[in-house]
Amino acid sequence: MINSAKTIEILKAMADRIEAEKDYLTELDNEIADGDHGVNMAKGFNAVVPKISTMVGKDIGSLLKTTGMTLVSTVGGSAGPLYGTAFMKAGAALRDKMEIDGKDLVVALEAAIGGIQMRGKATVGEKTMLDAICPAYDAIKAAVEAGDDIKTALTKGVDAARDGVEYTKTIKATKGRASYIGDRSIGHQDPGATSSLYLMEAMLEQL
Amino acid sequence: MVGIVVVSHSQKLAEGAVELAKLMAGDANIVAAGGLDDGQAGTSFEKIMSAVEEVHEEDGVAVLMDMGSAVMTTEMVIEALGYDDVVMLDGPVVEGAIVAALESSMGTPLRDMQAKVDEARETRKLDLTK
Repeated sequence: MINSAKTIEILKAMADRIEAEKDYLTELDNEIADGDHGVNMAKGFNAVVPKISTMVGKDIGSLLKTTGMTLVSTVGGSAGPLYGTAFMKAGAALRDKMEIDGKDLVVALEAAIGGIQMRGKATVGEKTMLDAICPAYDAIKAAVEAGDDIKTALTKGVDAARDGVEYTKTIKATKGRASYIGDRSIGHQDPGATSSLYLMEAMLEQL
Repeated sequence: MVGIVVVSHSQKLAEGAVELAKLMAGDANIVAAGGLDDGQAGTSFEKIMSAVEEVHEEDGVAVLMDMGSAVMTTEMVIEALGYDDVVMLDGPVVEGAIVAALESSMGTPLRDMQAKVDEARETRKLDLTK
């Protein structure tokens, strides 16, 4: 189970991880697009921390919704509306919940993926964050259905996301700014998939 | 008159497109929402929202965007505002802004704006048949 206080810790850990990987994410983005992903994500998550720090005792849905709205207002690149929508949809799916289990995590991830697809019009295999998040979702869902606890399920999800990030090196970008360079994007790791992996890893480390 | 907002990752490009449009249609109700609050490249939810509010009158608002987050952030602004008379136009930002400004100053309604911007897209600058 993850409660509201733990959710705040997880979101702070996500911010710390993004800050630590800021330069690397920007470097990955520089290779195939406009080189703003690390800086933008750090700006967004650093703005999330003071907001959620004042929300002790609030339900998990509200915490995620505030996170999403803050990302939309502060990121400044595509990651803003995409992660922003993801967190807002996950928040709506977990409305009024003070603690969540593996099944809730599956529901929240499903809502988040739906939000990202609605906003970005992308599918799996287009070299985007979905190439990390969707395999993670599939692995977590299968694990939860098989009776795994939330930590074990998320561990499997993170492994799948890591494979997904590796997979992005082998494919051509057909969505996002990297699609402008077409075949030349092959061989490069997708920064959005990478930041998605980091967020999931940061969550796992808190469990 | 339909209000017009030009959204770009670049503050200079958005302002430049507005400048050009105003040369053609000085009385158009057109504003720029380019870059982030500090002038850096990117798209700002707040900037776009206040720009839409600024030009929003009874005939609605048409928004021209460059790409990526400019489109997605504008979409989120429209959802957040909940207005049904704010529409995104699909077309080239600079030419689209000029056409939209001209059309709005001539009283073209919002529902016809997309067709006018489509015409701008089809207009060739060079005769490529030669």
